This record gives sequence, structure tokens and C-alpha cells, in this order.
Amino acid sequence: MKFTEEHEWLRVEGDEVVVGITIHAAEQLGDVVFVELPDEGTTVSKDDEVVVIESVKAASDILAPVDGEITEVNSTLTDNPAMVNDDPQGEAWFFKMKVSDPSQMDEFMDEAAYQKFIG
Amino acid sequence: MTDLQHTPLFALHEELGAKMVPFAGYAMPVQYPMGVMQEHQHTRTQAGLFDVSHMGQVILSGADWDSVALAFETLVPMDVLGLGDGRQRYGLFTNAQGGIEDDLMFARRGDALFVVVNAACKDADIARMRAGLPDTISVGPLEDRALLALQGPQAEAVMAGLDPAAAAMRFMDVADLTLDGIAVWASRSGYTGEDGYEISVPADQAEALARVLLAHDAVAPIGLGARDSLRLEAGLCLYGNDIDAGTDPVEAGLVWAIQKVRREGGARAGGFPGAEAVLHSLHDGPARKRVGLRPEGRAPMRDGVALYASETAELPVGTITSGGFGPTVGGPVAMGYVPDACANEGTQLWGALRGKRLPVTVVKLPFVPANFKR
Repeated sequence: MKFTEEHEWLRVEGDEVVVGITIHAAEQLGDVVFVELPDEGTTVSKDDEVVVIESVKAASDILAPVDGEITEVNSTLTDNPAMVNDDPQGEAWFFKMKVSDPSQMDEFMDEAAYQKFIG
Repeated sequence: MTDLQHTPLFALHEELGAKMVPFAGYAMPVQYPMGVMQEHQHTRTQAGLFDVSHMGQVILSGADWDSVALAFETLVPMDVLGLGDGRQRYGLFTNAQGGIEDDLMFARRGDALFVVVNAACKDADIARMRAGLPDTISVGPLEDRALLALQGPQAEAVMAGLDPAAAAMRFMDVADLTLDGIAVWASRSGYTGEDGYEISVPADQAEALARVLLAHDAVAPIGLGARDSLRLEAGLCLYGNDIDAGTDPVEAGLVWAIQKVRREGGARAGGFPGAEAVLHSLHDGPARKRVGLRPEGRAPMRDGVALYASETAELPVGTITSGGFGPTVGGPVAMGYVPDACANEGTQLWGALRGKRLPVTVVKLPFVPANFKR
């Protein structure tokens, strides 16, 4: 699993990556009450806002970690946003995407580096 | 957060694992490990303990009750003189334009008036009272007292277990109680829509009292996050969001707080700042009104979201002033101001959220029925 400075995690599955938010991010957000997912098939660029998450406190965005195409979204989150708090690094993945340029993956942190990053 | 003031419960909040945030110059708990959603539900179903010691507590005293009450009536459009001993009322400080400078609770304690004001406004409120009241009325801020709130359906049982007199109090009564040996001033009121008490306690005994209350299985500590969602569902105004110096009490839907004796034709009509504007607004009806709003779907609409009369209208007709997710409602809830013509229940409006227009329906307030012991 790789981690971004935006507190996302990425897991490579073949030529796709699965994207979610870290346990740390979910704790910071507090109780999640709303998730808006992108349409499958959407072409996105790195840093595009692709998911909206609203917690009891505030709205925040998830950015596309790399360029590519959204291939699948986890629509169970729409009906059960609380899953993001229950299992952020497991069941509560947000979307899968096909990566245009795999070299964009190189800059991400491994778990040890991420743990150090969040202190 | 070094320059922030601490309430007498600061150490207890940290011990309880609270997440502390700056609020009105104080370090305050926004949530505890339970989390906002569960804290909200706990307050609605059992009892929640809130630290509201950041709020301003002030005693006004003078020669007798009539002189104190009549002096205070020059600052607020409420019937103060007619307040019975041991009773409390909701009030507003108005300005020369009829706008709201702050909202407050005031209670009669014998010949004195006990006033509780918002934290962010307390310095201005104390200055306003000192400047606006005659020298014969003393304005005494109570800096050595903390304020706790115990709210929820189990609050009465918890309080009555400590002092049986708590059970005899009705909504908006105030009384001196002794809770586990600690002498307090209690009122049967709050800011959640639930039955409950606000408890003014000497600062040096506040932590001991909080521990006594928290020792009950039914009582959990509740942070500002749930305090906000509870008051929003209860349709209660947040000063600075839903009411401010530019909103008058009539458009804010607070006419009920202006007793008849202070209105046109009343024995003590007018005589408060902005009386002409407020009485005019009362007579003619306001141009805009504060309303309850239910956004469709699950996306919360927060303060600042513009409201439109149609999906394509160019100009907004109003704005959301408070909004979020209502845990008891199970969906997004909001309040805002709209023109009188759009204020009828069932009116369909659109809120602009992230570049999209989403349907919003005007609904009756509160979102959750009040559970007061009248």
C-alpha cells in the first residue's frame, strides 16, 4: 500500500489502483455523513477533486492521486457513509482507477514513511 | 493554543480525551472520543454534560426589583418587570436599528437579575450594560463561576438523585440547589431542545460537580460539535450565524420573546434600542423570514449556501445561515433567510452546492420536537 500527503492510500490491483483515505484522515474528519462519488468512466487528472466527503464538522475533497480513468466506485458508501469511519483502509475504498502514467506512483510514501509524515 | 483562556474544566476535558479547539477565545472541547454523532444521540436519549463556562454570567442589582427590571427594560424588548421570582426568560439586546447585538437568558433571583450572555459578545455586553444602565444599578460579572449544562431525558433523574428539589422545577424555573454538598444556581433550560438544566457553580467546585454528574451511567461529556447539531435540530438560533446586528427580532422569528406589554399598545411599549424599527417590523410584517430548510438527499448545506427560487434563476433569494447533518433527523437540516413570499411551508427552493442546484424544501421549525417539562 502507498500513501499520499493528502492522506489517501493506494493499493495496486493489476493495472488499476484502489483509492481510499487513511485511518488518520478518517479520525481527523470525524463522523462521515455524506459521500459523493464520481461517475465511472470519468477521465481525471492528478489533483482533480473527484470525491466529496462531508463529516459532521466540514466538507472536504479527495483528489485524484494520479492521471487516469475512474473504472469503478464503491457505491455502498453513498448509502452508508459511516463505513468510512468503521473501516477506512479496508471496506471503505472510494474508487478504482486505471493509471495513465505508472511513474506518477513513484513519489508516494510507504507505510513507514507515512507514519513518520503524520508524526 | 497558549493564548486561549481555559475554563475551570480544562484539565478534566483533557483527561476525558477531548479534542480541544479555539472558540470565542477559549480552548473548548469540540468532541470527546465518543464522537459527535453518538454524543448527539446520547443527549437525545440519556443525558449529556456540557461545559459552557465560556459564557458570560452577570448579576445586576440595585435598590429593589422594580428599579433593576425597569432599567434592564431600556436595553431589551422583553417584559422584565413582570418576571416572577425564580423564573427565567429568553432575551435580546437590540441596537438603534433594531438589529440583535446578542441573545441572552435572564432570571430573577430575588431583587437581582442574573444574566447569561454569549462568550463572544460578553465584553461588549458588559460594556453595554455599564454604559446603558444608571449608576444605581451595579453590573457584576461573575468571573469566579463556571456554567455546566446537563441536558436530555435522564437529566431530571440524575439531578433529583442529588437534590430532590430539582424534580419540582418546571421549564424556565431557576432555583438554588445543593448537589453533593455543592451550592449551585440551577435553571431548567438549555440549548438542545431537550429537558435539562444549566448549573452555575463556583469555579473551584466545578470539576468536583462535573465528576459527580459524570459518575452516573446515563451521563456522558458532550462537546461543542454535538451542541451545535442539537440546537440546530431544535431550531434555536446561533448568534453570529442566524441572528446578528443586521437581523431584527421579527424577521428572526423571535416575536414570541417580545411580550405584549412591550409592543404597540402595551403598558410599557417601546423604550428599548431600535424600538421604532422593531415595532414597525412587527406591525407591517418582515420582508424576509428565518425558516427551516430540508435539503433533499444526503448532502449537508452549511452556512453561506445561496438559495434560489428556481433551478435557473440568476439571482439568489436568500442564504443558509446554519446547516449540517441532523443525527436525530437522519439527514441534512438547515436554517436561513428567505423573502416572505418564499417562506411558506412546503415552498421548493434550490441551494447552490459545488456548482449544482439541489432542491431544498421550506419546513416548520423545530426539526425535532422540543421535550421540555412545562
